[in-house]
Amino acid sequence: MEPVPAGIRLGLLGSPNSGKTTLFNALTGLRAKVGNYPGVTVERREGTAQIDGTRVEVIDLPGTYGLDAMSPDEAVVTQVLRGTAPGIAAPEGLVLTVDACSLERSLWLVAQALRLELPTCLVLTMTDELAARGGQLDLERLRAALGVPVVGVVGHRGVGLDAVRDLLRSPSSWERPVLLPPEDPAERQDWMTSVLERVVVRRPGSDRTTAAIDAVVLHPVWGSVLFATVMVFFFQLIFAWAAPAMDAIDAGVGALASASRAALGPGLLSAFVADGLIAGVGSVVIFLPQIVLVFAVLHLLEDVGYMARAAFVVDRLMGRLGLEGRAFVALLSSYACAVPGIMAARTVPSPRHRLVTILVAPLMTCSARLPVYALLIGAFVPATLAWGPLGWQGLTLLGLYVLGAVAALVAAAVLNRTVLRGESMPFILELPPYRIPPLRLWLSQVWGAASAFLRRAGTIILIASMVLWVLLSFPRMEAPAGTTESEAARLALEQSFAGRLGHAIEPAIAPLGFDWKIGVGLVASLAAREVIVATLAQVYAATEDDEVSLRDAVRADRDPRTGERVFTPATVASLLVFFVFALQCTSTLAVMRRETNSWRWPAFAFGYLLALAYGASFLTYRIVDALSS
Amino acid sequence: MSDIPLSQLPVGGAGLVVRVEAPGPIGGRLADLGFLPGTPVSCLRRAPLGDPRVYELRGTQICLRSQQAVQIRVRVDG
Repeated sequence: MEPVPAGIRLGLLGSPNSGKTTLFNALTGLRAKVGNYPGVTVERREGTAQIDGTRVEVIDLPGTYGLDAMSPDEAVVTQVLRGTAPGIAAPEGLVLTVDACSLERSLWLVAQALRLELPTCLVLTMTDELAARGGQLDLERLRAALGVPVVGVVGHRGVGLDAVRDLLRSPSSWERPVLLPPEDPAERQDWMTSVLERVVVRRPGSDRTTAAIDAVVLHPVWGSVLFATVMVFFFQLIFAWAAPAMDAIDAGVGALASASRAALGPGLLSAFVADGLIAGVGSVVIFLPQIVLVFAVLHLLEDVGYMARAAFVVDRLMGRLGLEGRAFVALLSSYACAVPGIMAARTVPSPRHRLVTILVAPLMTCSARLPVYALLIGAFVPATLAWGPLGWQGLTLLGLYVLGAVAALVAAAVLNRTVLRGESMPFILELPPYRIPPLRLWLSQVWGAASAFLRRAGTIILIASMVLWVLLSFPRMEAPAGTTESEAARLALEQSFAGRLGHAIEPAIAPLGFDWKIGVGLVASLAAREVIVATLAQVYAATEDDEVSLRDAVRADRDPRTGERVFTPATVASLLVFFVFALQCTSTLAVMRRETNSWRWPAFAFGYLLALAYGASFLTYRIVDALSS
Repeated sequence: MSDIPLSQLPVGGAGLVVRVEAPGPIGGRLADLGFLPGTPVSCLRRAPLGDPRVYELRGTQICLRSQQAVQIRVRVDG
């Protein structure tokens, strides 16, 4: 093997909104590798730039305002820069991005970064905004004052990028400061003042465009109206407008499965390809429309500057729950599906708040619960009017939504005070100027989210759905001659591992009012909650597509020993409540694993939600049973 | 001249940071954001629900909850 020519490793450091990501994308294109730092939820992004044959690896460090005051999660930044992060080689140089308009603030971070004593260069971004606001900096004097190379750029237009690329090839030749900035905060502030006195020719005025837009967007009345409008639009987008694409994928997967069944004929291989492999891939791809839409809107709002404003508007409400404004969007997304919702929690800067958001997101009523609710409510709640135009069925559904939301809020407050207790960093939100985001950056962010989901969570979802297919299909048995197709399917399921599992867990779920058939459904619904409907249909030998026959079958079902109805009002209420709480979704667990970089948190979420579901279902069963007898 | 907590600075009002009284890492983070002695700061607006508020300082706009703003003393005229 030929030795790979050693590349140059550079760290990219800057505060949030400093144009760091724009520069990273401009340098590395779409070849970023995304992962996590060991042990923490902080995202790790690395990319490679080829500059005239020189390989430059760029580590995009999380945005930070300073290097001294950090939470344990954030401390990974300084560990990487000092070379003390396990398994991560120290960078040979540091590229600092500083928004030209906020130099007055950012010199604080620059002073701390220079004390790392790595070869450093400073990229001054948004120099066009500085000029538009009437400001002027003397870059030559800035270079002299800091003792490091300084380049001014307009990242999204590519101005100055050639000079940056030129510089990055040889960090060892960069000018080094003769004297380091002082470490003592008071002396550091004096140093900042003296640097600013030398380099600021004219201070930028306030951003008039941003002020004019904010007069409306943050207006007490219009701001709230706009916030509600944007959120309703967002909800509609992921809840309803993603549906056609999802239906098309569903139909496509179904057609592909039928085609493969027809091509391969009956038998194990055919069943494996159609029901295991193709259905498994389908269960991954089905999430793409929502993920793409959520991230397209999320990044657009973020890059334009609205997301910070939305967080500002709603922060008071979220603050009461121990969360912050940005968690709102993630929780709202979870109403469509917890998978994009949990991914959207990336926009929450504080790792602790992000974790709380991830852990409670599965309690929001996702769309996969609706078929389950529809079956049970349709079969057992009378379709009569309760009060005015409101029917009992609609009120029941509303009640389930409210129960989930209230549970999420209570769980967030409790988690904040117990499991995730500890000194939190203060809520900090910078309102960036409004900006028109570069299309390329936007597209690359959406692509990054989708491809990360496919690579990291997709494989786990695929494996999980194959395992469930095995549980539901083996051991295989021949149906006795003369049985109908649906009867044969029922027998096959009863004999399968899943069927036996259903019987095995019956003693555990009997206190909730569930029999083994519901047990099989619960096991199968781990693939996705709505699968319980298809599984129950199979258990009752009802035809899957015929909702009425399943409804009648569950209504008529009686216990063979006691002759009593299986689905009593208490059992139905208990099952509905169980579905409100339980984390019956391997995709959610997979994406939690991906986002938190450990099995610890998905295991914790599964455990606490199962305990909650069990307790609440038990109580519901007892109470409704007592009331109805 | 009088010293008040930043949280009591009225919308549209301006002052100079005197000191940050927040302990440990929170005080450090506020310093990172530019809340350093002598820094001019003004209150731009408050959220529709009253909290948090937006402050302008060192060329940036920062939102703080009153919980943090109360730990920053500012000097105002009058």
